[in-house]
Amino acid sequence: MEAGTLVPAGERSSALHRSPAARLPDRLLKWGLTALSVGVIALIAYFFIKLILESRPVFSQVGLGSYLFSADWVPSKQLYGALPLLAGTLVTSAIALVLGIPVAVATALYITELAPRRIRGPLTVVVDLLAAVPSVVYGLWGFFFLIPKLQPAERWFADAFSFLPFIGGNVTGPNYFVAGLILAIMILPIASAISREVILTVPREHKEAALALGATRWEMIRMAVLPYARGGIAGGAMLGLGRAIGETIAVTLVIGNAPVIGHTVFQQGYTLAAVIANEFGEAASDPLHRAALIAAGLVLFVLTLGVNAVARAFVLRAERAVTSPAGGPLAGAGGRNADSRMPT
Amino acid sequence: MSAVAFAPISARRRRVDKLARGGVALLTGVALVPLALILYYLLKQGLGAISLSFFTTDPTGSFLGDPGGIKSAIVGTLLMVGLATAVAVPVGVGVAIWLVEFGRVSKLAHAVRYFIDVMTGVPSIVFGLFVYITLVLGGVGGSSFAGWKGSTALALLMLPIVTRSAEVVLQLVPNSLREAAYALGAPRWKTVLRVVLPTALPGIVTGVLLAIARAAGETAPLLFTAAVVNATAFNYNDRMNSLPALIFQNVGQAQDRLVTIAWGAALTLVAMILMLTLLARLIQRRSRLS
Repeated sequence: MEAGTLVPAGERSSALHRSPAARLPDRLLKWGLTALSVGVIALIAYFFIKLILESRPVFSQVGLGSYLFSADWVPSKQLYGALPLLAGTLVTSAIALVLGIPVAVATALYITELAPRRIRGPLTVVVDLLAAVPSVVYGLWGFFFLIPKLQPAERWFADAFSFLPFIGGNVTGPNYFVAGLILAIMILPIASAISREVILTVPREHKEAALALGATRWEMIRMAVLPYARGGIAGGAMLGLGRAIGETIAVTLVIGNAPVIGHTVFQQGYTLAAVIANEFGEAASDPLHRAALIAAGLVLFVLTLGVNAVARAFVLRAERAVTSPAGGPLAGAGGRNADSRMPT
Repeated sequence: MSAVAFAPISARRRRVDKLARGGVALLTGVALVPLALILYYLLKQGLGAISLSFFTTDPTGSFLGDPGGIKSAIVGTLLMVGLATAVAVPVGVGVAIWLVEFGRVSKLAHAVRYFIDVMTGVPSIVFGLFVYITLVLGGVGGSSFAGWKGSTALALLMLPIVTRSAEVVLQLVPNSLREAAYALGAPRWKTVLRVVLPTALPGIVTGVLLAIARAAGETAPLLFTAAVVNATAFNYNDRMNSLPALIFQNVGQAQDRLVTIAWGAALTLVAMILMLTLLARLIQRRSRLS
């Protein structure tokens, strides 16, 4: 702005020919930062290789197939079949998606399209606050509040709807459903935030066109907003799924930690993450047990990697439909240059 | 307009519209219920535990006698999160600067972005496991469980959050600012450090605060890196207590007084994290970018 205050450095009149010594800091900065970035890649690669190496004993002794698909997890008998854990992780995450995503999308729609303008900001903050509650606090609350208060309702539901699959039978205090419910609450902020950003990118023209054709507000949402935002909402849901799969402490406190496959959603189970948190202490002296737990970590890592890759693909595609190329990461989804190209 | 006759919206469509909008509003209300319940229970159960001595005495872990306070957990959380921040922020912001200023759309930059994305998705317990394998089992530094190892796990967790938020803000810095600096003869490093970075600072600080808030609430990676102890430790090579680990430990005890301590610790932790989060939002709102 005030060019006069910045005087070109001393006698070296031409900035176009800087001496090598003067260019040194530039090079240092550039190569230093490059080294840092390459270091991050190296670290993650090392991380992955280390997990594979350390879990090898269990795969060579038990076999990959029977580690993943055998249902007996009895460390005292050297039996390491992770199927109950895998099942628990998938079942609780599925419950979380079924319960959490509709609510997340509804909050996003309400905040972006329906709520009075005054309360949009505060409402956003409040929904985001759910993300600020630590996992262990969710666990504490689930353990002392949710489990006892929900049990009568669960009993009633299990009796009344026992004809449905996976419903009915005995209702234990800690169970898949409670874990799934807690996870649903925990993934709500992220799924809602991403849905919100994607819904905000829906071109105004589309919505106005729908309204001008005589659509009601809901028809406008159904015909103009949701189809446009579908990809991004799916991406947000997948990111939530990734979170749910890896969530440890809250689930550990409310799932019962029994290495069995429950027949209904109201029975106890175990998850991959929970077993690591619970058993690493006893596993310190038993190399095979330790390898089995590290293998559980590896499976978790691969699962979340896959889920996040799919999520990224969804969100990137949704993003590419609205913004110009070289789209940034997720947070860039709030299409700053709202153009009106149709998604294909 | 008088020539055009609009067909009135049928009663059925009107009804569907009302129902759907009501449903959406209702579900939004449902989303707020858990937060209200959690905060209510935290206050109800936690306030009773809190007194001055609650913050100034160490937990005793005693099952029958006085359970003590949570001093060691607060000190441990502050020390470990502090060290993790001191490591994760320079590295994370450095990588972000490289991505925006130097790497841009090169193949290497794409690779770095991909790996940072991968890191974001890694469950925190897996980071803990990694540190456990590499640092705790190996007894690096002559200790098994240690505060600095907990910090390492937390730093790994914070790094992608810091990098991604910083990258987004750095990209928002207008190119005209950089060009103006170059035109005035400023070398690149000076442009980056004196023009780009200060402009993006509020946004970067917001990202850092959110990363700290996230790390402060993490339990899983600390359980088998820093362990759970009663005594206050100031030496990073000793085992360190932390608020989340203390809560987790006490929930498992079927003893009312220990559980009360857990509620008090939870209230303290949530209050700390909420303050950080709100501060982050305040700074974000003040920022001229975005």
